[in-house]
Amino acid sequence: MNWVNVLLQGVLLGGFYALLACGLSLMFGVMRIINLAHGDIAVIGAYLIWVLVNQTSIPPWLAALLVLPVMWVAGYAMYILLLERSRRAGMLVPLLTTFGLAIVIENVLLQVFSPDDHSLLSSTGTLATSSITFGGLSISVFGVLTLATAVIVLTSLQAFLSRTTSGRQMRATAEDPDVAELVGINARAVYARATAIAVAIAGLGGIFLAIRQTFDPSTGPTQLIFAFEAVVIGGFGSQWGTLLGGIVLGVAQVIGAQVNPQYFVLFGHIVFLAVLASPRGGLLSRRGSAL
Amino acid sequence: MSLLEVRAVDAEYGLLKAVRAVSLTLEEGETHALVGANGAGKTTLLRVIAGAHRPSAGSIVFDGIDITRIPAHKRVALGIALVPEGRRLFPGLTVAENLTVAGGHRRDGPWTVDRVLEIFPMLQHRRGQRAATLSGGEQQATAIGRALMCNPRLILLDEVSLGLAPRAVTGVYDSLRGLIGGGTTVILVEQDLGRALAVASRVTCMLHGEVVLEGTAAALSREQITAAYFGVRPSPGVGAGS
Repeated sequence: MNWVNVLLQGVLLGGFYALLACGLSLMFGVMRIINLAHGDIAVIGAYLIWVLVNQTSIPPWLAALLVLPVMWVAGYAMYILLLERSRRAGMLVPLLTTFGLAIVIENVLLQVFSPDDHSLLSSTGTLATSSITFGGLSISVFGVLTLATAVIVLTSLQAFLSRTTSGRQMRATAEDPDVAELVGINARAVYARATAIAVAIAGLGGIFLAIRQTFDPSTGPTQLIFAFEAVVIGGFGSQWGTLLGGIVLGVAQVIGAQVNPQYFVLFGHIVFLAVLASPRGGLLSRRGSAL
Repeated sequence: MSLLEVRAVDAEYGLLKAVRAVSLTLEEGETHALVGANGAGKTTLLRVIAGAHRPSAGSIVFDGIDITRIPAHKRVALGIALVPEGRRLFPGLTVAENLTVAGGHRRDGPWTVDRVLEIFPMLQHRRGQRAATLSGGEQQATAIGRALMCNPRLILLDEVSLGLAPRAVTGVYDSLRGLIGGGTTVILVEQDLGRALAVASRVTCMLHGEVVLEGTAAALSREQITAAYFGVRPSPGVGAGS
């Protein structure tokens, strides 16, 4: 029963990684940009919610609702002001830009919030600690909530891309931006919208980050690595692959921790490297299709 | 007033000058064939008109508006649509998605998915199929349909017969004839001189980026066009007998 429990904890943890990863995957799928500031953007979301909750004593879920549109606008501005210019200079420049952005974000957070760590754990009542016992298994309510949110976000994203005009335009632009312009699609607006969605979802990931653990200005890079590993394991550009990748990573980490508490991160990295070295690449990677 | 006026346009790729001082005037309803050897600058000229390539000099006036600085996606709303060379469909999108991808950004007009399927019956059963799985002729039909869905006043067709089986070419041209009869203004780039002359009312021949011959299809002889096509100039030694 113990190993079933381990597996379950891994799946729930995977939901969190999938939530962090899907914005990263979207930006890569649409624009071929790897956003190295993605983890730090999630941490910004965590800080914004923490500030709102502490200053106004509103519940965290309401704070999250207020923060998401702010993150959306910030993402839109990030594309127009930073990424668009760097895209014009070639493939590698956006990578450097987001690397620089990550450093700027970490240092601004350090300046404003000090290196002390914070958590929303105390503001969430019993939600973060309560669990359901079911046939000898202990299921964390918060873990289920995280996984459910990840599934809802990924399903919505999938539906948006395949059912709506705006989503179709995003897929078309991802496949051929030059021709997309020729059929009347404003590629620049599509890219800005994709960045806005990715940043807003990262912000949403930040809420779960703030509740499940403590965070400080240097938390971002670790989150980026886990998100990146989830995307690579699942296969770049596939929504369900991202969920699967997150779950595989989560399960690997929890199994590692079971073997020896120090092996938590190590086992995740090993699975990541094994997938990278395998001839197929990601588990659900599709060739010839961007999204 | 002319529908399209290209005024002394230059276009280049880095150091390579692909189009030099080209001027072109198109009346509404006209079908204009653009002929010339590979590398003559025909595709570049079409891309300049559609807004996919920015000219280094000259201007383009469409329906009285200077559109030289207007981006490609806004020119679609004004009524210019390009069927690019090599079809360039969105391979991961279905036929129906390829047709409706422009959404609300297109010009208002009569074209619907059903009407496109009516003039290209071979697409009837391919609606939900990914564009990458279509045959060449079907892909070309979808590419033309995608441009038509923008309800263009001017449609630019770049080598629509390239890489197609002769039967598929005939099918595409039969459908085009309906369009041309319907009053849409067309610029047609075509390697097959016979086909071009059969549908066009005016012909422009380009060589090394310049216009070397221009006239109505009826007034120009096939020999004149062929000579211009290959850059043969009457040499003084032979005399002006021909």
